Amino acid sequence: MLKKRIIVCLDVRDGKTTKGVQFAGNRDIGDPVLMAEQYYRHGVDELVFYDITASPEGRSTMIDVVARVAEKIFIPFSVGGGIGSLEDMRKVILAGAEKVSVNSQAVRNPAIIEEGAALFGRQCIVLGMDAARDPDMPSGYRVFINGGRVATNLDALQWALQAESLGAGEIVLNSIDADGTTAGYEERLTKMVSQAVGVPVVASGGAGTPEHIYQVLTFAEADAALVASMVHYGTWTISGIKDYLESRGVPVRKDTGGEACLA
Amino acid sequence: MTVVIDYGAGNLRSVENALKMVGAEFRVTEKPEEVYAADKVIFPGVGEASSSMKKLIKGGLDKALKDFAVSGKPFLGICLGCQIILDRSEEAETPCLGIIPGNVRLFPSGLGLKVPHMGWNSLHLEKPDPLFHGIPEGADFYFVHSYYPQPRDSETLLATCTYGLPFSAGFRKGNVYGFQFHPEKSGPYGLTLLRNFIALKEPESC
Repeated sequence: MLKKRIIVCLDVRDGKTTKGVQFAGNRDIGDPVLMAEQYYRHGVDELVFYDITASPEGRSTMIDVVARVAEKIFIPFSVGGGIGSLEDMRKVILAGAEKVSVNSQAVRNPAIIEEGAALFGRQCIVLGMDAARDPDMPSGYRVFINGGRVATNLDALQWALQAESLGAGEIVLNSIDADGTTAGYEERLTKMVSQAVGVPVVASGGAGTPEHIYQVLTFAEADAALVASMVHYGTWTISGIKDYLESRGVPVRKDTGGEACLA
Repeated sequence: MTVVIDYGAGNLRSVENALKMVGAEFRVTEKPEEVYAADKVIFPGVGEASSSMKKLIKGGLDKALKDFAVSGKPFLGICLGCQIILDRSEEAETPCLGIIPGNVRLFPSGLGLKVPHMGWNSLHLEKPDPLFHGIPEGADFYFVHSYYPQPRDSETLLATCTYGLPFSAGFRKGNVYGFQFHPEKSGPYGLTLLRNFIALKEPESC
């Protein structure tokens, strides 16, 4: 049976993991390579790295982080943040990332999804979307870019459908309203998009308890749940989350092979 | 020496990193002569079947791989690699290498499935095999694919996986193995499988 995935998100700035609340007030919380290894050992199913540095120096630091992560962990991971060209995609994929995530740049230039899917395969191309509630939009959600700072004219549901038709192989839905609040995922948006598209949907933003994850993976029909704050600060462990989900009947990957096999 | 076939189908970095982790000696190659000289072949790949077949043919690797497959030496096809060793793929109606009889099918629409089949799914081990040493029944492996392999002869079946329908996630004909999942991305169990392959003594009896 296909398992529901628990994905840990690491925001990386100048080579350090950082975390903010509602897209602001970031502070450094650790070394992304060490954190990735630790989550791998604890049984995370997948990792996402978002490069939140804008500078060219930060970009090459990020490629180095990706290459070092790829030598240490043997599960899929994706890289996003500032990916705006096929060359950007090629660099992170060649460094060892499984997938690349496009967000603001795809809004500005949707063809990047199509071109990336043609070159690397659609399973490599993830659409990351930052959305916030807006009653003026048909779906009730508006797409934002530039880390949630700039509103677009795009409706979240329409953009998800368009991205899928252009070739996105997965959609990560990040709720700006819920991000970092640990008050629960934006379930209505997640369910609406997951029912509308034929590719996997990852819920992001707002996870605070295993119950939130349970809700979004079941009632909101997400294929995977992205977590950050609730595990970064040690409040919850990956295995604790999975134990809870299993107890509620959600199929999760529990036996990861253990460290004995790593030697 | 183990060789990893590079025919421009996707990224080999993950396979290389995993082989380094299990202590394998290997070389990445696009040269048919290095395939002929190899003790073991790993044939990975992510991408589209017809363009990948064109690249294999253009580089002369199609014949080298077919010849290697009948040599009796261990051969491991992963993901697209396990599909291309069959006769034919529904992806762009592509004639493939025909090393193992069978076809490659698209996951049907109408089952309410999200395609690609992406994520961790459990393997039902159909029979014991040296490559499964240390891997329990029901272990999860990482899959990402829209087409699935359908080898013709049921005796080739090693492991099944269910996604809407049961499909052959692992199969073997003599020295030639095909796995639809990505052992290089399947955590410790995936590394175990790769380590088992590297440890095979050739030629392995059926």
